Amino acid sequence: MPQKVAIVATGQTKHTSRRTDVNQREMITEAIRPALEEANLKISDCDAVMIGNMEPFEGYMFPELWAVEAWGGYLKPSVKFNTGGTVGTSTIAAAYYYVASGIYDVVLAVGFEKQSDGHTQTAITTVGDPVWERSIMAGALGNFAVMASTYIHESGVTPEQAAKIVVKARRNGANNPYAHLQMPELTVEDVMKSDVIAFPIRRMDMCPQSDGACAVVLVSEAKAKKLASKPAWIKAVATAHEQQYMGDSPKRLAVMRSQIDATRRLYNMAGITNPRNELDVAEIYEVASWAELAMYENMGFCARGEAGRLIDEGVTEMGGELPVNPSGGVLCTNCIGATAMIRVAEAAIQVMGTGGKRQVDNVKTALATGYGGNAWCDAFILSNNSN
Amino acid sequence: MNSGSHLDVAIVGAAQTKYESAKSHLAYNELVYEVVRELLETTGVKMAQIHSQITASQDMYDGKTISSMSVNEVVGGYLKSECKVAADGLQALLYGVARVASGAFDYTLVVAHCKESEGKPHPITGSMFDPFVERPLGLDAMLATSMQAERYQTSRGITDDDLATISQRRHRQAARNSFSQRSGDYSVEQIKNSPVLMGRIHELLAGPTSDGACALLLARANEAKRFATKAVWVAGLGNSTDAYWTDRDLTESKALQDAAGRAYRAAGIDNPEKQINVAEVSARFAFEEPLYAEALALSKTKKIHEWIASPDAGPSVNPSGGAITGNPATVVGLTRAIEVYLQLSGQAGEHQVEHAGLGLAHGRDGICGQNHSVVVMRSNSAVQ
Repeated sequence: MPQKVAIVATGQTKHTSRRTDVNQREMITEAIRPALEEANLKISDCDAVMIGNMEPFEGYMFPELWAVEAWGGYLKPSVKFNTGGTVGTSTIAAAYYYVASGIYDVVLAVGFEKQSDGHTQTAITTVGDPVWERSIMAGALGNFAVMASTYIHESGVTPEQAAKIVVKARRNGANNPYAHLQMPELTVEDVMKSDVIAFPIRRMDMCPQSDGACAVVLVSEAKAKKLASKPAWIKAVATAHEQQYMGDSPKRLAVMRSQIDATRRLYNMAGITNPRNELDVAEIYEVASWAELAMYENMGFCARGEAGRLIDEGVTEMGGELPVNPSGGVLCTNCIGATAMIRVAEAAIQVMGTGGKRQVDNVKTALATGYGGNAWCDAFILSNNSN
Repeated sequence: MNSGSHLDVAIVGAAQTKYESAKSHLAYNELVYEVVRELLETTGVKMAQIHSQITASQDMYDGKTISSMSVNEVVGGYLKSECKVAADGLQALLYGVARVASGAFDYTLVVAHCKESEGKPHPITGSMFDPFVERPLGLDAMLATSMQAERYQTSRGITDDDLATISQRRHRQAARNSFSQRSGDYSVEQIKNSPVLMGRIHELLAGPTSDGACALLLARANEAKRFATKAVWVAGLGNSTDAYWTDRDLTESKALQDAAGRAYRAAGIDNPEKQINVAEVSARFAFEEPLYAEALALSKTKKIHEWIASPDAGPSVNPSGGAITGNPATVVGLTRAIEVYLQLSGQAGEHQVEHAGLGLAHGRDGICGQNHSVVVMRSNSAVQ
């Protein structure tokens, strides 16, 4: 049996589109410093650092080695991850397994991306197979447009329902001091009026490109009891991949086999039978408005074709039965190497009760997900209870 | 912390492609398919039994963002827990050990792949350098390495003849390793007179451009037991990162000393020179072998010249021929682990070292070896 693992502290930068005032090294420290302060730890107290970044987006190979002082890596064990959208959750999962194995007791996980240093969409185009897919791919946007079209066809969700997701996200973001986009006054009409950038996706339906970093401190049971009065315990971790080629995973968004598989395994591990009732909050990696709706169905929050009703009835709004993305989610902030880690950090913040204006009342159990290339899904259950 | 003997994790099988200068007839996922298939056949473990995979690859070398996506299918990652380490393959092994030791998985498949032939080394390795000051100067890995070689040779008084002797020995040994890329009975003069690549580094003092893949299977104690002598136990792990290359003395490797110290303590080794029987060191360049042997304390009692002159007095180093005879970046460290596994399980064939009970694999990454990993392994008979 894996040993118990808890999150005791998190840190984030104020995410924004262009950090011209700092380089990658300097930006990373802005996330690490508050995380260590919250845990009352020094970097020398950390046994190891897990670090995640998407190198091709900035065009740096091994940026973490160049930035070694920034994350306290000098003469310290580390592992570097690069897995697309899931970088942050791959990095957290590694920290989890290292602590669960007893190899390390205190692990710092760091994710970062400074997209303004490079050209992300060019790099994302090379995700496609060079022979079959690259010539017809157009970064993340084209991919999501195809998936959203299929999902609309299958489920009958409407552009207004997608717009409601955007409004929820950007209004929630206004409560989150770290969020990149904060739009407390945004309306469905505003979203519907924004330009179509790849049918059916409008500019407002899509996440921004952000510069930012996130840090999370994961510790063993003995350390958790010393370091935090209310740690967020990691109850379950699951990962599932789709097939490589689009054609091998039909209806990729409408039927996300990987997300269905990962969350069902996760719920089994955590003893959850009715996620809508038993989860108190979810921080999900949604990327585009339509994706969040499809994910409600795939994560078992509602039956097939019912996602539109979930947002119409306000179930996933703040104050609803199951608030989704109180932080504003990826629709407000996407600093890729950090994004999935922010989902886990925000879920931990909810469990620890330190969410300030974005805090959901009385959170006992939280879901966090990561999503990336190949419809790669990572999922975590966090709990206020170690048992 | 426990990075050693009580991990109860063993390597139970391994497979490699032959390393070649350009496998232009195969895509990199086909290389991986070849080794994974062989690994499943030789171990008898079914893909359905493996729920965890760690792959090591570098997007910049593969020219493909999230380069692991292309191998996901052939490593059995569909609906499974595959993860990619963007670092040397030995890092993937370290993380795989953690996954198995956590109790969450019975097996973890560890894979590394790279086709160096498909990319240009100057822009690829140049992207490791500081973007503000160093990149405009046109630096790349070969240039920085040649400066390090000059520094190291000068500081230790190591001659070009010394390094040619090392290269000569490794290329002779490689002739007995069927996976090796370049082998032969080169004379010291031939090596010294081979074309200059950069500074004092000549063609036969450096590993050639290489394509290949390798895979190994990790198992928990319960599963590993039935593999008998083909199970080799992980006895100690270490990893450490040095300062950026311009911020440290390139004539030593503090990070490797640190990584080795961690692995040795975990494995209960206090005299590596005496206790370790076989060591596979990631030395793509001839000068790196004595540099890293010093950091690994494999040459503690001898001056480095003596060590170069009589290499077999202590542990056998790089009986496979080593990386100087050809292994691609990212794959190198995992190849070292596989070679140690083959030695400790008595499967190394013509290059088998006698009485190998305790072995060491080393992997490195970054400019002038900034990040280092060490794995100490014990044969099944040495454990009992």
